[in-house]
Amino acid sequence: MRIATAKETYAADEALFDTAVQRVWFAILLAALALFPFLADQYWLFLAGLAAINVISVTGLNILTGYTGLVSLGQAAFMGVGAYTVAVMEARLGTPVLLNLLGGGLVAAGVGMVFGLPSLRVKGLYLAIATIAASFILHFVFANWTSVTRGVSGINVPPAAFFGMALDTPFKLYWLIMPITVLLLLGAANLFRTRVGRAFIAVRDRDISAEVLGIPLLRTKLTSFALASFYAGVAGGLWAYFFRVVTPESFPLLLSIFLLAAIIVGGMGTILGGILGAVFMTLVPEFLKLLVGFVTPVWPDAAVHLSPVRTVVFGAMIVGFLIFEPQGLAEMWRRTRRFFHLWPFKT
Amino acid sequence: MGADAAPATPVLEVENLSLSFGGIRALNGVSFAVQPGSITSVIGPNGAGKTSLFNSISGFYKSTGTVRVDGKPIDHLHPPERAKLGLARSFQNIALFRGMTVLDNIKLGRHAHMKTGLLDALFYFGRARREEVELRREVEERIIDFLEIDHIRKAPVASLPYGLQKRVELARALAMRPRLLMLDEPVAGMNREETEDMARFILDVREEWGVPVLMVEHDMGMVMDISDHVVVLNFGQMIAQGTPREVQANPEVAAAYLGTGDVADLRRRVAAETRLPETREVA
Repeated sequence: MRIATAKETYAADEALFDTAVQRVWFAILLAALALFPFLADQYWLFLAGLAAINVISVTGLNILTGYTGLVSLGQAAFMGVGAYTVAVMEARLGTPVLLNLLGGGLVAAGVGMVFGLPSLRVKGLYLAIATIAASFILHFVFANWTSVTRGVSGINVPPAAFFGMALDTPFKLYWLIMPITVLLLLGAANLFRTRVGRAFIAVRDRDISAEVLGIPLLRTKLTSFALASFYAGVAGGLWAYFFRVVTPESFPLLLSIFLLAAIIVGGMGTILGGILGAVFMTLVPEFLKLLVGFVTPVWPDAAVHLSPVRTVVFGAMIVGFLIFEPQGLAEMWRRTRRFFHLWPFKT
Repeated sequence: MGADAAPATPVLEVENLSLSFGGIRALNGVSFAVQPGSITSVIGPNGAGKTSLFNSISGFYKSTGTVRVDGKPIDHLHPPERAKLGLARSFQNIALFRGMTVLDNIKLGRHAHMKTGLLDALFYFGRARREEVELRREVEERIIDFLEIDHIRKAPVASLPYGLQKRVELARALAMRPRLLMLDEPVAGMNREETEDMARFILDVREEWGVPVLMVEHDMGMVMDISDHVVVLNFGQMIAQGTPREVQANPEVAAAYLGTGDVADLRRRVAAETRLPETREVA
């Protein structure tokens, strides 16, 4: 049961983690994240890195689509902009890693703002179609601006160097990716405690009254696009360091749909939803693969017979979530929490 | 109020305001003023142009004519800039943000007066925190206490009953640092008790905050009880204005609301046109 939560100051009531229990759990989570690389093998570190990159990009899309209500299918393309920017900066200029990532984020933010301009006129499904244009146009640029992107052959990215150490294994990259992920998530959570985040939600819920109440629509929508693309750009930059090669085919439209599915499965308009959705979408196919592996000793032909079923099961799980928990995984978590807040009394 | 020899500058002046939608003139040469510290009501039958008038003053509709706030024309300003000047309003069909709590809805009203930028917001500690805590204190101590909604401050607005939602809308308008409070049907659909509460809050806002009120309302009992000045619209024209007593005595107003002419004659004409065999006279 939730007790001893009385606050004495407004600042304490506005805190992100407002009870001692929450702060303890958060500390435990951080400790677990710090210990994880020492306990896990290469394979799990690889998955953790990939999941963290997806979490960043999904959180960006969640700010745009979940919180501001602007449906976008351009997120993968903006990741591509970030990835190419980082690849060019790393391979040609050899600037420091953090500067490259910042550059990737900022260039993506600029490009995202340009493709966000139609959002003032079109909404919903129409905006989604308009943002597909970003996917096609940017793919064309990646493939044909050969002097910078080297066309279809792509750019090979040297490993990130941090104080002279080459970050060339998932273990070493983990220490770059995970802190950035945590910082960006805290930033996103902070955003929705301030006027900027409130304006995003107001635009989503009632854009016309929001304007009459003092919120400039164009600026708010473009800020949201810029921020979502910044997150995408940083994620794309980390992706470039992670896979070490960037080609025009690295960021297809399908990835945008994957990211959109992640926020829907996780829960639109909650930070936790973005995290859960991205982790679910990245790891569940791998878990299913592992499951097939477990069965193999008993049933040697399992891989042959179950592999196609695996994809079907994954698809069915997504459909199941949409039907039984349209608010996403985050809502399931909230319900669990509510149960324990009231326990031993019945909800 | 404002009966002295040298009249103060009106808080809001509307001069010759006209608005057309295609061929329909929603507003036609409407002029009136809201004096400091007064409660001004706009009344009129359905479709008279009351809400169009509000939307024109807010800058949401592009109208011709002049709107002045504290003597300065604001025709070139966009809606958010007008909101920043203190044209705070509530809406006829409640326009709260359903995804936010009561507290966040109220805080949103202050948006235009806050300075937190994107970077401050992401970082939070420092400037953003200071501004948020300061706002929280003011909202709690001046608005939530005043409107007696402290028990619902963390509730999502979608879960609240209608009367409380209306009160939260008033709270949000108060958070906008109002120079003029524009209320579009503040008591529509309320029962007698809720109406009396709202009327008391409106009078208290005027007394304690010194903010003049401009409201559209259909509840004639309330309009006549608390207004200092009444403006009557019909088919986009202003047909009368004055004190509640003057407006009530005005035959044109009665005609607009109740209709005119000889009832028996009208019946005969209708009967002739629809070729009914005969119409019975009903007492």
